[in-house]
Amino acid sequence: MSISTKLVYLLLALSFMAPSLAMGDGEVNLYSARKEKLIKPLLDRFTQKTGITVNLVTGKADALLQRLQSEGRNSPADLLITTDAGRLHRAKLAGVTQAVDSSVMNDAVPASFRDPQGHWYGLSLRARPILYVKDKVDPSRLSSYEALADPAWKGNICIRSSNNIYNQSLVASMIAANGVDATQKWAEGLVKNFARPPKGGDRDQIKAAAAGLCDVAIANTYYLAGMLTSKDAAQRQAAEKMVVFWPNQAGRGAHFNISGAAVTVAAKNRENAIQLLEFLVSESSQAWYAEANGEYPVRQDVAPGALLRSWGEFKMDTLNLGQLGELNPEAVRLMDRAGWK
Amino acid sequence: MQTRVAQMRGMLKLTGLNAWGIGVLSIALLLAIPVLLVLSFLFEPAGEVWQHLVDTVLQDYVTNSLLLMLGVAIGVLVLGVSTAWLTSMCDFPGRAVFEWALLLPMAIPAYIIAYTYTGLFDFAGPVQSLLREWTGWSYGDYWFPEIRSLEGAALMLSLVLYPYVYLLTRAAFLGQSICVLDVSRTLGNGPWRTFFSVALPLARPAIVAGLSLALMETLADYGTVQYFGVSTFTTGIFRTWFGLNNAAAAAQLSALLLLFVFALIIIEKGSRRHARYHHTSQRHQALTRFQLNWRQATMAFLICAGALFFGFLLPAGQLFWWALTTAEESFDGRFLSLISHSLLLAGGASLLALLLALFLSYGKRLHGNWLVKLAVRVAGMGYAIPGTVIAVGVVIPFAAFDNALDAWMREQFGWSTGLLLSGTLVALLFAYLVRFLAVSLQTVEAGLGKIRPTMDEVARSLGGRSGEIVRRVHIPMLKGSLMTALLLVFVDVLKELPATLILRPFNYNTLAVRAYELASDERLADASYAALTIVLVGILPVMLLSRSITRSRHAETA
Repeated sequence: MSISTKLVYLLLALSFMAPSLAMGDGEVNLYSARKEKLIKPLLDRFTQKTGITVNLVTGKADALLQRLQSEGRNSPADLLITTDAGRLHRAKLAGVTQAVDSSVMNDAVPASFRDPQGHWYGLSLRARPILYVKDKVDPSRLSSYEALADPAWKGNICIRSSNNIYNQSLVASMIAANGVDATQKWAEGLVKNFARPPKGGDRDQIKAAAAGLCDVAIANTYYLAGMLTSKDAAQRQAAEKMVVFWPNQAGRGAHFNISGAAVTVAAKNRENAIQLLEFLVSESSQAWYAEANGEYPVRQDVAPGALLRSWGEFKMDTLNLGQLGELNPEAVRLMDRAGWK
Repeated sequence: MQTRVAQMRGMLKLTGLNAWGIGVLSIALLLAIPVLLVLSFLFEPAGEVWQHLVDTVLQDYVTNSLLLMLGVAIGVLVLGVSTAWLTSMCDFPGRAVFEWALLLPMAIPAYIIAYTYTGLFDFAGPVQSLLREWTGWSYGDYWFPEIRSLEGAALMLSLVLYPYVYLLTRAAFLGQSICVLDVSRTLGNGPWRTFFSVALPLARPAIVAGLSLALMETLADYGTVQYFGVSTFTTGIFRTWFGLNNAAAAAQLSALLLLFVFALIIIEKGSRRHARYHHTSQRHQALTRFQLNWRQATMAFLICAGALFFGFLLPAGQLFWWALTTAEESFDGRFLSLISHSLLLAGGASLLALLLALFLSYGKRLHGNWLVKLAVRVAGMGYAIPGTVIAVGVVIPFAAFDNALDAWMREQFGWSTGLLLSGTLVALLFAYLVRFLAVSLQTVEAGLGKIRPTMDEVARSLGGRSGEIVRRVHIPMLKGSLMTALLLVFVDVLKELPATLILRPFNYNTLAVRAYELASDERLADASYAALTIVLVGILPVMLLSRSITRSRHAETA
């Protein structure tokens, strides 16, 4: 028997070993860009309640979307979960999602956080406000994202790389509000104010600010929450030095993104998928989900956890988040031109 | 019937291929599909996005990638070759431990070591904070090397990639005919001259093989450069693909990256000219190591200890510290399934990769024409492409095949086969082979290169058939290389992330996936358990391999 024949046998044997995808009635299959740790407990609760088994593959949103696209009508996935709106919009444009008309969903999720045709729905809100170092910054000097381009902040702002989707979304929201040219100018001004070339993640910006590298940082609040509740004393101390400032309160409101989900066009368990969506926006799920992730509930009638409440009330940008996906390429180009690494 | 067979034979002769040649060619082509898919995008119009890239960031990508490669090349050569020489040819305290321990950094994923070093040496980290506390300095008052920089990235990658050079070079040093070295010594050459004028040139194919592996992995690295904010080709590919939403331009950047690799290979080939590196004698004697005086021995110890400390002990220690103090996650019941999945995948992939590498390199050796050689070369290119790109290159053809089959079955029999291979371990193993074939191929070929063609001829003149020559002559001589190939792929798969993430079946997690999920959420401490387990699972084969290499040397000398 030649090596190649053996190989064929081996491959065959392995293919039978592969966990088979029995697609029975009592199942729903997820492609999730949300990490297992942050969603699994809720899925387990769903299974307990309904008897529907939830199968999960986690991964990076773009890669999962690519897989979904390639698999086409035979894709086993029923639901795509991402942690930003831009990708959901992209999935819709790629034709891999389908419209869901659920009054439960429409009642629970504010209009700006869902697709007008019902292709995707937000599940939680991710805030990206300005953070400043306590006692070092007079909050009256802060007003809006736009104002951070003021030369007064020269060498004093920490923010991560423009490779990151959060920054891309933020800039996209500014393009929507102010247009390309004004945003281009703003980005150039902001880059001049960087304390250092962007590096690291959001927590690193908070740590750098707390350590004295800059006075102002832009970061998502759930990282701040994660640091405040960390077992690592150094992280707690760093986070405790920071104060949340909600920008653009006099204007369009602070920038929020979502984690959200879309039912796939290939869904073989469509009803189960919708049932899961509705479960995820139920009041009790919302409370848990937001709390576990340090995010804000997408339901406006569910209060966030105590820590998040301590950061005060705010006004949110009401731009429909589908726009973020639309404007994302423009935002990236703009940041390329501005030299935002 | 007979005439048809004869006809076929005639046709085969025309192409210069026999049955084996065809087998090699088809397997190589199969494995080359993802790479060819990437290359095929070269002909797709990407719109004016290229103008934008050229105007803004492309120069950065090229310069940074080149500088990073240069830095890593210097780093892995210095670390890998020096430690290989010291542990195989010199005697000093601790040598026996260093022999295997120097391989340990290989088990640490590059992005993990980057995180640990940042945790330690960053502005907000304990080292600099302590410094400020002691001296009363604040930001701007002092200079401290910036770990998150191009130089830092080169250092991080060198620290975890030097074992490739070390492993292959050491095997070459150990396999060098002792006579050559003895001749050098009788000519009055000390250890230094013997090293530079005899051993180093002789080990060159092995060193180059190790170096090219390290450089290809450098080109494919995303985690480290991304975290350090260094714009390279890899970060550019993802930015173009996902940020600009332009898959064609991203694939073209990947194709450009491949041209880099081609250029590297051609340069190396050119510089080698027609020099061959077979040994004229296979007579080995028990190795007498250079005896070092205490000063030399201290230096030797410090060099090896330095590589081990900075490449493994420090980062592993930091992980361990995090695991003990600040981690909110720890081992749970699911860890066992993570370990068994990781082992199954790494074991299966490394075995398959070894078999394929043997098959392909023998095909090249025995029946290779330019077509076969090219196909094998292309099949081995997957190592230099970012894992996500390769993974997508696997997803697309598998899904296309499944869907085509499904459509055909529906039409013919009204019966849907659905996705037969996509989303199964077969697709995942295939991706590993595409990605890591280069590793086993390079290693096996470096080993085969040491076997003089005259030995085959002698064996054949004694009436040995090809299979017999392989079994009785080559396998014993190749044992070390085969084990090396097995281990390298094993550890690589253990760490592999992007392909695992996108291709794995439902509910199927590995250690690397768990470590990544927590680390990418900026919860490093929580990732430490999984990262440490990868290291632990990787250590055992490392030790076994090192022992078997040493033993294979003894067996040869016996």
